[in-house]
Amino acid sequence: MLTKTITVALVGNPNAGKSTLFNALSGLRQRVGNYPGVTVEMKKGQFTVGGVAVDLIDLPGTYSLAARSPDEMVAVDLLLGRRPEERRPDVVLSIVDASNLDRHLYLTSQLLGLGEPVVLAVNMMDVAEAQGIKVDCARLSRELGIPVVPIQANRGVGLDVLTKALLAAAKGGVAPLGPSFPIEFEKEVAALQTELGGDVPGFLTRRLLLDVGGYVEQWLVGTHGGGLRAHLEDARRRLAAAGCPVPAVEARVRYGWVRPVVAAAVAKPAERPVTWTDRLDKVLTHRVWGTLVFLALMFVIFQAIFVGAKPMMDTLDGVREIAAKAVERVMPPGPLRGLLADGVIKGVGSVIVFLPQIMILFGFIAVLEDCGYMARAAFLMDRLMSRCGLSGKSFIPMLSSVACAVPGIMATRVIENRRDRLATILVAPLMSCSARLPVYTLLIAAFLRDGYPGWVPGLTLFAMYMIGFTIAPLVALVLKRTLLKGGTPVFVMELPEYKRPTVRGVARRMGEAGYAFLRRAGTVILASMILIWALLYFPHTDPTGTPYEERIEAAEKKLEGSETKAKEARDAGEAVPEEVEKAAAEAEAEKNTLGGEWKRGSVLGQAGRALEPAFEPVGWDWRIGMAVIASFPAREVFVGTLGLLYDVGEVDPKALGDDADEKGQGLKAAVRKEWAGDPVRGPYHTAVALSVMVFIALCMQCASTLAVIRRETKSLAWPAFTFAYMTVLAYLGALVTFQVGRLIADLV
Amino acid sequence: MLTTTLDQLRPPQRAEVISLSGEPGLVQRLYELGLFEGERVELVAIAPLGDPIEIRLGNSRLSLRKAEAAGIAVRLL
Repeated sequence: MLTKTITVALVGNPNAGKSTLFNALSGLRQRVGNYPGVTVEMKKGQFTVGGVAVDLIDLPGTYSLAARSPDEMVAVDLLLGRRPEERRPDVVLSIVDASNLDRHLYLTSQLLGLGEPVVLAVNMMDVAEAQGIKVDCARLSRELGIPVVPIQANRGVGLDVLTKALLAAAKGGVAPLGPSFPIEFEKEVAALQTELGGDVPGFLTRRLLLDVGGYVEQWLVGTHGGGLRAHLEDARRRLAAAGCPVPAVEARVRYGWVRPVVAAAVAKPAERPVTWTDRLDKVLTHRVWGTLVFLALMFVIFQAIFVGAKPMMDTLDGVREIAAKAVERVMPPGPLRGLLADGVIKGVGSVIVFLPQIMILFGFIAVLEDCGYMARAAFLMDRLMSRCGLSGKSFIPMLSSVACAVPGIMATRVIENRRDRLATILVAPLMSCSARLPVYTLLIAAFLRDGYPGWVPGLTLFAMYMIGFTIAPLVALVLKRTLLKGGTPVFVMELPEYKRPTVRGVARRMGEAGYAFLRRAGTVILASMILIWALLYFPHTDPTGTPYEERIEAAEKKLEGSETKAKEARDAGEAVPEEVEKAAAEAEAEKNTLGGEWKRGSVLGQAGRALEPAFEPVGWDWRIGMAVIASFPAREVFVGTLGLLYDVGEVDPKALGDDADEKGQGLKAAVRKEWAGDPVRGPYHTAVALSVMVFIALCMQCASTLAVIRRETKSLAWPAFTFAYMTVLAYLGALVTFQVGRLIADLV
Repeated sequence: MLTTTLDQLRPPQRAEVISLSGEPGLVQRLYELGLFEGERVELVAIAPLGDPIEIRLGNSRLSLRKAEAAGIAVRLL
């Protein structure tokens, strides 16, 4: 029988092994806690010890409780029991790195001021010992006045002792004292406390005084007015005059308290030995060798997402097609069959198809982060990214977006700074992703290949990718100067010790990323697929009231009949009669014409025709416009829809590059033929083709990306903004391309 | 004894911190990370494009942009 639940908050520096300990303690029993108004995720886990259920909250890694942003403040408020969603923790579990105790105990010394019992877990004892560092935990416990447990979180060593210590501390633990500040400081705190009244805990009053321009100052000055600001400034001036300036006084007091404790409890070699990290950094952050290793690694990652995921994606695509065909065979034609085959199955398929890319990218990210290389990558690329107002941490998300923006946007979680992260999310979809490729292939093959020098197709394709590479940084720069403007963030970043990643840790990260995508983004993608399907499906009857499916089915039957006859003739060694061949061709044409007629009359088709005036300045007819609108679920749909509209049937985008594929060739020929007789698209076909490509390069026609932006920013406003700015940008780009292209064509 | 600022160092020079200046948030973060007056640092590397720099401080390594490091006065050892 469980009689009681205790709440434990897990706190530690980044790279202290916090997540590893959290996973080791709570296993699979964890969920993500949601806290309104913040973008950080905090995980909650559960385990039992001695018949008591323990709720474990994993706070984001931090060097200090000096909160500078709303995200950091949530952790502090949670520790003080000031969040309505959580109980005040019964025990604070502080995890520190045994080989870097001085610095990690700084945070512990701040935790001692919270007024709750603290248990210290000294992690990575083995790594410290390998460096000749010996930690006497019993002595450390006496010096600090709190329970201390040595552990190796990655191998599960010491966890039994740790959980028992947590239980004991919850039952009868005393809140420890921690270091004491100079009397002048305490006097100022007391005076401030009188002014603020009892609503503000003493812990926050201290932070108010210490954190110049910090979150507590902004918040309390906002609620208490300018009088408090004047009082604060006077108090800080008095402290500086008394020889304890803010914020230096805190570092002096805390390190002044921590260092003798460490000196008493830790034996270190007199000479610091050269570690593996020293040796590796000689190469990996070196100007030449570091850059080469980095470029090679990025190539491998890029290749893996771009090419490695392809067989799996093709298999998933194949399964999807088989399932859709099976439904079409089993069910009678009608709205329900259409919904299942074209709406649901295609929708589910297009969600799942992203999974290989997401899992592969997150596998790499997990390995790079766990082994400590991620910070080095950010270090190497920082200067490049700083030119567009971002930092080195934005590099990998941006690069991944060249394969697909969905995993790229999910990868922005490594960026702690909120404004930098948002800017990266908002421009990532501008990078030319793999879904744009079929559109480029079709139009380049149709209009920029025959009759042009051999280098034109390649250069055009290259130019399309360059549009993304140049526009994305420019937009990021503009966003950082306008909408996402703010004070200069601190770019100081720790480069952690190199470590060996664990298979379990990496597998867990991959699984989590895949699950999060399926659950939170998958539903939105599916819904938008079904919506577009419905807009293209209804009305599904011709003017006489006969459903199009039935007419198409009849045409298919005719076609099959003719083909059987032709086969029989061939098998018998006779020439296929002319009328049979003619009948087959007629049936095929009838089927394609019916398909085109149906789509033209659909809700979306009517909308496309109504919008034709808007397409005119960019050189499109209503069919191109409609294909663009219909490609909202995913850009590659553009090719398929265009095929339907030009009466050549549905075209598989993958077959376009294949010169032997009849339908792909048919579409190219149909587009060329249809455009040739047109007063605008005829003479200016190259300008029109380029205008469509530029639009596709810059537009936000991708429901999956929008769903992921919504999930990652936890708001509807940001995906709406992204869609709006990219559509405007794409339209303007297409406009300029077409008008300039037309002028050039007229001159030539 | 030569005094300069941290951004002027070349690998593998070592130096002792004399004083810190800059934005309050930056100075506070440096203090929290244990970088303060009297501490010894070693310049490990400069990034390929000349910025940022990597320094070692005891058993921790930090990456700082040169603009941030320019506020840290040091004495060469």
